Amino acid sequence: MGYRLTKKGLNAALTDLSRQYKLYAPHRYVNQGEFSDTDSIRYGEIKTADDMELLEKSSHTFKEALIPISETFFFFTEDNIKESERIHTGAVIFLRSCDLHAVKRLDEIYLNNGAEDYYYKRLRDKVKFVLLGCVSSFENCFCVDMGTNISTEYDASLDVRDGQYYIDCKFSDWDSIFQNNAEEILDVVPSHVDQTTIQVSLPDTDTINTEKVIKNSMWDEYDTRCIACGRCNFSCPTCTCFTMQDIFYTDNGKAGERRRVWASCMVDKFTDVAGGGSYRNKHGARMRFKVLHKVVDYRQRFGYHMCVGCGRCDDVCPEYISFSHAVNKLSRVAKEG
Amino acid sequence: MRTNEYAPFLSKVLSVQKHTDIEYTFRMAYEGIVKPGQFFEVSIPKFGEAPISISGYGDGYVELTIRRVGKVTNEIFEYYEGDSLFIRGPYGNGFDLDDYRGKELVVVAGGTGLSPVRGVIDYFASNPEQVKSLKVIAGFKSPSDILFFEDIARWKKTSQVILTVDCGEADFECSIGFVTEHIPKLKFEDVSKAAAIVVGPPAMMHFSSLELMKIGFLEKNIWISQERKMCCGIGKCGHCKINDVYVCVDGPVFNYTKGKTLID
Repeated sequence: MGYRLTKKGLNAALTDLSRQYKLYAPHRYVNQGEFSDTDSIRYGEIKTADDMELLEKSSHTFKEALIPISETFFFFTEDNIKESERIHTGAVIFLRSCDLHAVKRLDEIYLNNGAEDYYYKRLRDKVKFVLLGCVSSFENCFCVDMGTNISTEYDASLDVRDGQYYIDCKFSDWDSIFQNNAEEILDVVPSHVDQTTIQVSLPDTDTINTEKVIKNSMWDEYDTRCIACGRCNFSCPTCTCFTMQDIFYTDNGKAGERRRVWASCMVDKFTDVAGGGSYRNKHGARMRFKVLHKVVDYRQRFGYHMCVGCGRCDDVCPEYISFSHAVNKLSRVAKEG
Repeated sequence: MRTNEYAPFLSKVLSVQKHTDIEYTFRMAYEGIVKPGQFFEVSIPKFGEAPISISGYGDGYVELTIRRVGKVTNEIFEYYEGDSLFIRGPYGNGFDLDDYRGKELVVVAGGTGLSPVRGVIDYFASNPEQVKSLKVIAGFKSPSDILFFEDIARWKKTSQVILTVDCGEADFECSIGFVTEHIPKLKFEDVSKAAAIVVGPPAMMHFSSLELMKIGFLEKNIWISQERKMCCGIGKCGHCKINDVYVCVDGPVFNYTKGKTLID
């Protein structure tokens, strides 16, 4: 069912929703950008329509709501191991089409690849998604080429036009919340983009000669350009890697915890094995590993591309390395055979 | 009730066998089916977890050969008979003994690479009628690095064992040279049907497999086992991924036809 709401109506609906859920949406953190006098747009808990930044792309994604940057698994006391408490409230995540497609990738790894992840599952079961319509593409986006520009599997959608908010609600439990606050009931189709400035040509993953591509000199430039900071991974909505960590509390060495923290295949030590072995020491090799994962070998394993074309890796790279440019170069190299 | 794969359980240390100053085998209480080549995540709360391959198994126990090289393994070495460690697993595919039954089998192992294949060698050395022949080439850096010395002596009764060290003087029967140098000396009735397991450092596995193929081994009859950082053991953490493969769930044992395509 579709609805038109004023800002006042939307705020009332958000208040209703927040009785059951925490609401996560892109939020503008004024003067918190990486350069002076710039803002940072990233996910945060919101209460009202004005808390949401709906006109710009967030530099970081929703994923920390599903896979926290640091997530405690167990607490240790002298002789006991106690599982961390589950969160009892649900969450609503407001996100764009590319990011909603990314949820499918997170699910693939955490729920289907090997045994189900207990901690992911217990959060995931409580999450609902509200699609934010895109009227036009942002800088560096290439969702159309990745086939992620349209989403249909949302619980509700939200578009803002001329100060009015348009909602398409698919989760029937919420219909009364929106209906009570609506000005009008009408058909709403969330907006989506049909073209982007940046375009990528994808390699044919059925015919690609991986060994040849790996040995190609195209990766060498990244040996020096890339500084292995890992920002591309941490801003990526589809990156899922983590490292297990045990710590003990410094003021009481007898107590501690086991947790997982985000990890990055671009950062040193990612592949270190006991006794000093490590793999992909050159930054170009790490770039190659990441690019092939996003647009070649993930598809070979699961049948669809991992990259959703949000372009955040390009937005945040301090060395101005372009992922989409690398994909296009890869496709040319792959075609040459 | 959903299971939490990350939850470890306590396992009692039944005995500790010391091979070298930095390599001990811990016999741990475990009831359940395991295969050689699989691994457990062994942990000590507040220190961390480490993936350790199964070096032996039997009724009510598994053996884990651990090298003291890091934060977790350092701490494990403070644990002795009667203490308990936390473990979870087993993970990974392990070696399938049916791949080797009825064949001429050669196992080429380098250093601690002998640990994940020890269960396979033990099985066929104790049941020699199940293979046409069993040959073992075990290489170590120096005489003081040799693992499973007593096992090697026992295997010699039913199989051909070449124990070799890269350099150094030994006061026991032992050859000098890399494992690859001993491969051409092996004799097989029909090398095209013989099976090989190669486990060790990446370069050693690569060159040993090439040597085996030089003397007539078919790619499809060679198996290798990969060592990678495995934080989760269940296909999630990403550290062990190579190409489209997750070593922890698809491996660590790979047939060479697949294994040769894995490029880090």
